[in-house]
Formats: sequence, structure tokens, C-alpha cells
Amino acid sequence: MTIDRREFLKWISASAGIAALPACETTGAGGAGSARVVVIGGGFGGATAAKYVKLWAPDIDVVLVERSDRFISCPLSNLVLAGNTTMQEITMGYDALRSRGVRIIRDEAEAIDAEKRQVRLARGDVLNYDRLIVSPGIDFLDTIPGLRSPQARERVLHAWKAGEQTVALRKQLEAMPDGGVFVMHVPVAPYRCPPGPYERVCQVADYFKRAKPRSKILVLDANPDVVSKPGLFKAEWNGPYKGMIDYKPNSELEDVDAKGMAIKLTFDSVKGDVLNVIPPHRAADIAQKTGLITANERWCGLDWTTGESVTVKGIHVLGDATLAAPAMPKSASMANQHGKFCAAAVIALIKGQPVTPPVIMNTCYSFVSRTGAMHVTSIHQYDVAQKTLVPVKGAGGVSDKSSELEGTFAWGWARNIWADTLA
Amino acid sequence: MKKTHALQIVCVSVVISGYALPGVAQDKNAARDLAASCFTCHGTNGNSVGNVPPSIAGRDRAELVQMLQDFKTGKRPATIMHQQAKGYTDEQLAAIAGYFAAQKPAPVRVPSKAGS
Repeated sequence: MTIDRREFLKWISASAGIAALPACETTGAGGAGSARVVVIGGGFGGATAAKYVKLWAPDIDVVLVERSDRFISCPLSNLVLAGNTTMQEITMGYDALRSRGVRIIRDEAEAIDAEKRQVRLARGDVLNYDRLIVSPGIDFLDTIPGLRSPQARERVLHAWKAGEQTVALRKQLEAMPDGGVFVMHVPVAPYRCPPGPYERVCQVADYFKRAKPRSKILVLDANPDVVSKPGLFKAEWNGPYKGMIDYKPNSELEDVDAKGMAIKLTFDSVKGDVLNVIPPHRAADIAQKTGLITANERWCGLDWTTGESVTVKGIHVLGDATLAAPAMPKSASMANQHGKFCAAAVIALIKGQPVTPPVIMNTCYSFVSRTGAMHVTSIHQYDVAQKTLVPVKGAGGVSDKSSELEGTFAWGWARNIWADTLA
Repeated sequence: MKKTHALQIVCVSVVISGYALPGVAQDKNAARDLAASCFTCHGTNGNSVGNVPPSIAGRDRAELVQMLQDFKTGKRPATIMHQQAKGYTDEQLAAIAGYFAAQKPAPVRVPSKAGS
């Protein structure tokens, strides 16, 4: 990328000893032309936000910074582990979003200067913005000494960011002999995708039942119970997968021995043939570097009417990186909804229009086999007194039981959320 | 055609003016922003990929209102809609129905293939 005209003019004025004009919300970053919104991160939150700012306000210049040339969906990636879908099915490009008029820069945001309203990219380019949307996803906390070496991390996978690790874990499961043990560790909530670990258990069980029927699954959960849809998941484990799954709640992880293939708990050490440890996580590095993290050194607090950070003005935060409002999961569905309400708020703020507090809805499906699925849903309305989004009592809920009909809807959900985010 | 369109606009504006959250100024985009929460499953502006769940762009407003009300009261059985319709006020459901009724059914846009 070369320096564009706006930045060039700004630098000329600065080098001539004239103070650069502060970014004005109505006249655009750097003075002339339209306002600019920069979005960092092309996941479910960021790509949706970029799409909808452009769709709803074509006059705004929208720039999306994304380090990958492809989008790999975490939702449905558990099906890849079981051979129930393919990586190709869950991998998409950004061209359809580009054709909406969103400028996509393949680079990594290295630093944000909130005062100058600038983002510096890894390759050295600088982007000015009127409003910045940060949808960085998660990075893992460094709390497991035994997983510090690259070799250990290659052996004990998380597969909690879909991509290479998904493929690698699938290969480990395929290579595991029949009669082997798959051991999975679930971190203390909140973590990305509350039902995800338990869906993974079902998917691996589905694969074992078909391909390695003597194999077992041991679930070590740091939480006191299954975090999402406990009754429904346990019905699967005691139904079609009876005798295959051993579930141990309150299993806090102390360390991992990658060489000995063991997970060390407080009072116990457990060996397995394939280990899958999901480390605890936090808002990704760029959020940390920018001072956007406000809670437990992990999550970014925000104003739920606009998505704007509570600490850094002009920056909005979306998706899994956020300090969730009450009973709000870290999910693709929520990130997609954050993207839309934030887009509406950013446009309104730039144009000096009123901002209406949002109503957003979470819808997550979990596949329990190749074709069966079940859902959890909730609706979140803004509560003026509590100044946050709260789930509507008496609304939302879960499936009565998993079904093939909901499996069809789950695929429909996936195809529509991918299109709503990327096209 | 023109007359229908004009009627739809009238309907929508009536609906929007009926929708207001306490302490919030009138927002001309309120119906759009409410409806956007449905796009996740029903497609952008109600044009669904593969028509599962069904497309709702351009459906009759009264029919949509009735359907949402029937989901809300439990009269119409569903896998998920009965739980979701309960999360919205009647005014919000009417605004959502008005928004989708005013949309034109359009060919769906799908994500591009990776590496293209």
C-alpha cells in the first residue's frame, strides 16, 4: 500500500510546521473528503461492521485491516474434527465484501495512537481514522508452563482458533489407535463459544463410534458443570454415546506434560493418547497494547449503546474481546450482531444523529452428530437503569432435544451468518 | 406498483413512530436496526441463502405481524421462533415486520471462495 492523498497532505502540513487539524467527525480524517472508519480484524465482528457501515452509509470510507487472505469459520469447525464437514466448506474469501466497496488491507495493526486517531500497520503504513472499530478476537493467556515451547504446543493443540490447528487435531485423532483416550480440558468461563467444548466432545464421540469404537473421551472441565445446555449435552452423552464419555467437573488444570502426554490437575495427573487443552484467553494483543482491556486484565469494557470503549474515546470494541454484558456469550452470533449495532452507532455519531440503544439476539447451534443439532437463544434489550444490555426474562431458551430438523436449520444459520458477515 | 410502494412507506412510518424506547429520541433507522438482528439467520434484509430459514423480504406486513404474534403467544409451533418472538415488544415486532415488508426480494449474495 502506498500513502494515500489524505495522509500525504497531513504529513506535508505537519512537516511545514503547521499543526495538523484534529480529525473532525464530519469532514473526515485529515480534513478533506469523506469520514473514514477503520476496522481492525475481519472476523465475524469486524467484517460485519465493515460491511454495514458501507451498506448503510456509502459516503463513508471504510478500511478493513485483516492479516489473513481467508476467513475460516470457528462455527462448524468441530465437524471437521469428526470428518463431518471439510475445511473447504468453512473457508471463505473477502472478495464479496470488497465488492461492497470496503477497502481491505492485508496487514496487521501494530499500534494505535488514539490521540492522533491513527493506526500503524506492521509494514509501516499509517491509517487515519475518524472512528476505529477493533474486533481483534482472542489471544491465549500464558498460564500453562508446559505449553511454552513450540514443540509442546505442536503436540498439545487447542484448535480454538479454526485453521491449521483444526486440521492438525483431526490428523491426531485419525492417527490415534482404536482403544485410545482423547482427553480434553475446558477452561473456566468466560471463554469463546460456551457450548463449543461440549459440541466437540459429541463430534469426537461421533467419529470414534464410527471409526474407533473402543476409544474413550475424558472431559476435564474447570467449571462446576457443563457451561451451556448441560441437560441437552448430557442427554447425548448418556444416550447415543453412552459408555464413551467420562465427564469430570471442577478439574482445574495445573500444568501440561507434553512429553509424557499428561494433564496435571490439582490432585491428579491424567494421561491420554490425544490431549486437547483450551488455554484461558483474553482480548487479543492489539487491545492490550492500546489500553482497551479494563476487566481482570482480560476483557474490554464498553458502552453498550454504541460499542465505544469505556477508556479510549473514538475506539469501538466488538466480539469475543468484549467484557460481556450479563448472560451474553462470546459467540459468532453475538459478534455479528455487535458488528451491526456498532455500525449503526458509528454512522450516527459521525453524522451527528441520535443513537438508539440496541436490541440484539444470540442464536447458537451445536451439532451433536453428523446431522443432528440443538440450539440456545437469548434476546438482549438495553436497560436504562442498569446501563447495559440484559437478557429478556421469559424469552429465549434451548431446544427440547437435538433433531435432524435443527441440523438443517443449523446449516441454514451457518450459510446465512457467513453471507451476512462476508457478502 | 407505485401505489403499493407508497402504502408500504406509510405503513412503515406509522410503525416507526409507534416504536420508541424510553428516553430515546426518534430514530429513523430504528426499524432497520431492530430487523438487523434477524439478518443473522434470515439473511441480509431478509433474503436468505438457500431459503433456510425462509426469506422474509417483501412478505406481506400483516401476515408477518400475525406470524410473529402467533410465535410469541405459542399459537404457532416452532423450533426457535417462539422463544425469540417473546424477546421483543409488540411495537418492536410490528416495526420489524414493517421493515421486512418494505424490502424487495433480491438474489442472495454469498461469500467468495477463498483465494479468489
